[in-house]
Amino acid sequence: MNAELAIEASGLNKMFGPVHAVANLDLAVPRSRIYGFLGPNGSGKSTTIRMLCGLLTPSSGQISVLGHSIPRDAEALRMKVGYMTQKFSLYEDLSVHENLRFIASVYTLERRAAKAQIAESIERYRLGALVRQRAGTLSGGQKQRLALAAATLHEPQLLFLDEPTSAVDPENRRAFWESLFDLVNEGTTILVSTHYMDEAERCHALAILDRGKLVAEGSPADLSRDIDAQVILVRVNQPRRAGKVLHAQKWVRSVAQIGNELRVLIDKGHAEAAQSTRDLLGGAGFAIDNCQPALANLEDVFVAATLQGKEMRAA
Amino acid sequence: MKALQRIGAVVAKELRQLMRDRLTFGMIVGIPIMQLLLFGYAINMDVRNLATGVADLSGTAASRQFLMDGFHTQVLEIRYQVKSIKALEQLMREGKISVGVYIPPDFERRLQQPDRAAAQLLIDGSDTVVQGAVAQLARISTGSISPPLYRPGTFETRTYYNPERRSPVNTVPGLIGVILTMTMILFTAVAIVRERERGNLELLINTPIRTSELMLAKILPYIFIGLIQVTLILVVGDLLFRVPIRGALLNIYTVALVFIVANLALGLMISTVAQSQFQAMQLTFFILLPSILLSGFMFPFDGMPLPAQWIAEVLPMTHFMRLIRGVVLRGASLPELAGELAILGVFILFALSFAIKRFQKRLD
Ligand SMILES: Nc1ncnc2c1ncn2[C@@H]1O[C@H](COP(=O)(O)OP(=O)(O)O)[C@@H](O)[C@H]1O
Ligand SMILES: [Mg+2]
Repeated sequence: MNAELAIEASGLNKMFGPVHAVANLDLAVPRSRIYGFLGPNGSGKSTTIRMLCGLLTPSSGQISVLGHSIPRDAEALRMKVGYMTQKFSLYEDLSVHENLRFIASVYTLERRAAKAQIAESIERYRLGALVRQRAGTLSGGQKQRLALAAATLHEPQLLFLDEPTSAVDPENRRAFWESLFDLVNEGTTILVSTHYMDEAERCHALAILDRGKLVAEGSPADLSRDIDAQVILVRVNQPRRAGKVLHAQKWVRSVAQIGNELRVLIDKGHAEAAQSTRDLLGGAGFAIDNCQPALANLEDVFVAATLQGKEMRAA
Repeated sequence: MKALQRIGAVVAKELRQLMRDRLTFGMIVGIPIMQLLLFGYAINMDVRNLATGVADLSGTAASRQFLMDGFHTQVLEIRYQVKSIKALEQLMREGKISVGVYIPPDFERRLQQPDRAAAQLLIDGSDTVVQGAVAQLARISTGSISPPLYRPGTFETRTYYNPERRSPVNTVPGLIGVILTMTMILFTAVAIVRERERGNLELLINTPIRTSELMLAKILPYIFIGLIQVTLILVVGDLLFRVPIRGALLNIYTVALVFIVANLALGLMISTVAQSQFQAMQLTFFILLPSILLSGFMFPFDGMPLPAQWIAEVLPMTHFMRLIRGVVLRGASLPELAGELAILGVFILFALSFAIKRFQKRLD
């Protein structure tokens, strides 16, 4: 076991009847970092987080969280981790302040410490104007701030955040991520799941999940650099039809239209990618404005990784 | 100490939610009052012109005088004159009469014999209204009738279909049982299921609270509620229906307290089994019905077939009926009731252990 790691898991599996929700997952999450789970709905993000918290029993596999073997020693973990559930799970019929007081008491914070901690959280997560309001009447962003305040009230070393920003507007999302970096600065380890590329981009390291499998892992920069495909940007007169022509080629992995441009993913092994794209479209009678290689972004990585998974399944 | 703090947190939270949930709050006060009114008025209703059949086999001046006196209150109205007790029974079976008066051929001779009833009142016991009214009538008329001919015990009253005649004194304590069974089980039965349905449970099981602490905390607030309900029933029963509180108040509350905890533990058990609030309610009624029917509240326990008695022995309500009747009707002291109390105690231990064992701080 590595002391530098907050979470270590190997060979993790979870079956729900016939559904293989998490398949052979290996995981190593370093301390004091933001680690992201990126994946579409149903890719097993929540299931994995629940297993790491000890709330779901793995069908097979080993888990060690902060040095505790999970699920065996899950109770020893409770004071050390915070968990913000995907669905709002505080009490809607209690006020913001009542919810925080309740959380402080179940985590047995000493009375004076609790008072100070609650006051600080209210300040930090901009809940001052809302303390008397029932949680059920808060907006998405306000609920999220309250949930984060509740999950961090006992100052956990490790924080699990399951799609924390799904009901939040972009401005609040930015502020939310600022808070996360503050927490990391203070030494907290954060594991956050998301299906937003821009959020994934901010993580120190990422695991891309697809249908329960880990299909790529690393820092966003490394992932973009090591992508198993070439990216070509094409500006052409009839992008929709050109896209169809490209898509029919064996060496083209995917085509996405962005405005008037086509973003084309091409097999890594295919030589002279830009030239053959130009030749193909020119030969088909399209007027090509521009056709050149581009740097891969996370979305390209995501598409390439998940397509790879599909091909492997087909093979 | 930390355990106490965690339990306190959940108890305070439950009470706060309870006060804010109008439906639950309404049920705490509404169910007892409604039940009391329903059952209570049935007992005390002022009844007139009950269909009555008479079989006067004596046919003497004395019997005619007796009937005239008996009917002047207008509670009974003679609809049928028949010749035998069989015919009276037949009329009652057909629902044509609620009350039958049978005067045997040797009526006058019987009147002279103080140890024998001179006549018989047949009462349709399936109708509690009739039962209550006629029971009163039998008391009144024997009291008002002139001494040589009439004396207490002139009537031998025989209740059909419900031989164990229920009087208000008997019914109101029984109602405490029915009401507490209904509300106490229901409240805790939905207590955990509701948190699961609303998503709160996923947060709660990730906190350091222990299963046993959570279970206790779910019960404690409702003990308080249950005692309030008992008080409500006793006070309203006294005000509206003049059902006097007999028996030591402390004993009534002690017995009720043990019964309340038993029901709450049972509800908690349901809560760990049910998948939805709807299922929890179904299971509650699955227990409520036999509790009302088999506990001795409706029908005399000894008259039931053995299998029904075995089922009844498992229901807390059966033991509560024995306890509360003991306290209220016989003025029994707590040591005398230790056996039944112990049975409820065992029941509580079993139900609580089951709930704690069954509830896992897991989602699967
Ligand atoms: N309790 C459950 N019972 C049955 N299937 C489940 C359960 N929870 C999740 N699943 C299934 O497991 C898969 C992964 O779900 P989940 O972990 O919630 O994905 P994500 O959080 O990435 O959207 C999905 O196919 C989902 O339907
Ligand atoms: Mg999810």
